[in-house]
Amino acid sequence: MSDIAERVKKIVVEHLGVEAAQVKEDAKFIDDLGADSLDTVELVMAFEEEFAIEIPDDAAEKIQTVGDAIGFIKSNAKP
Amino acid sequence: MFDLNGKTALVTGASGGIGGAIARALHRQGATVTLSGTRAEALEQLKVSLGERAHVVAARMDDAPDIDRLAKEAEAAMGKLDILVNNAGITRDNISMRMKDEEWEKVLQVNLTGTFRLTRAVMRGMMKRRFGRVISITSIVGVTGNPGQANYAAAKAGLIGMSKSLAQELASRGITVNCVAPGFIATPMTDGLTDDQKKGILARVPADRLGTPEEIAAGVVYLASEEAAYVTGQTLHINGGMAMI
Repeated sequence: MSDIAERVKKIVVEHLGVEAAQVKEDAKFIDDLGADSLDTVELVMAFEEEFAIEIPDDAAEKIQTVGDAIGFIKSNAKP
Repeated sequence: MFDLNGKTALVTGASGGIGGAIARALHRQGATVTLSGTRAEALEQLKVSLGERAHVVAARMDDAPDIDRLAKEAEAAMGKLDILVNNAGITRDNISMRMKDEEWEKVLQVNLTGTFRLTRAVMRGMMKRRFGRVISITSIVGVTGNPGQANYAAAKAGLIGMSKSLAQELASRGITVNCVAPGFIATPMTDGLTDDQKKGILARVPADRLGTPEEIAAGVVYLASEEAAYVTGQTLHINGGMAMI
């Protein structure tokens, strides 16, 4: 399960160009990690690709922190 | 210059005069093209005349599921979509006092809402690949207005505002969004005008002739090219000097 968290954090680091240490589970993409609204769309796209899942728009809107993303993927990714 | 080898393009309204010329011009520059429109037979004929690197996906621009299907099938046929040319458009002319709700709504639905839906549907792939060209064919009347065309002018003006907004949203991802605004062009759409109407129009065109579909297509090729990467949110007016804006 921690594997999912690591993969999510890696995507966030690569995509937003932030330090790994900043990518804590309670970090908000927009307020804490400097993402703009288009970045959040792209992050969701990257998560969908990495974990081969579909994240519907209404779920994507609720993913505001790194922990939100990990939580959603843990409960929706295929084992 | 303006080499489109390896690029893929979707042209809506490709069975029309301007749309057909745009598809031919993009194809001549090396692009693979998908031709869309409602007249499947005319699209197939154009496809045959183009030869290789051409696909047909007929679709209705007033039908949301059909638009999503068009985006998917065009991407599937070509492997990706680099260039979207929103050319599909209809007219339902009438002076405003007589204009029916249906005439207003139909034109807005096809010319503006359909264009937005299709553009939204293809954005995802363009964002991922960090390259995209969205070119919407608006009209001179979207800027100047035209009696009898309140619906058409509103839709065409809407395309310009939409394009400027999308251009700002997408510029950082290598996607440009522009409009081409034809003046009076010799096509089946303008063939319907009476000689008196044509005379009246030409009196307002310094170039003293109607434009050709190829002259519109040349503007589209430019905006579709790598060379136009720094041009976004703009409207290129091709109108023989009819309006200088």
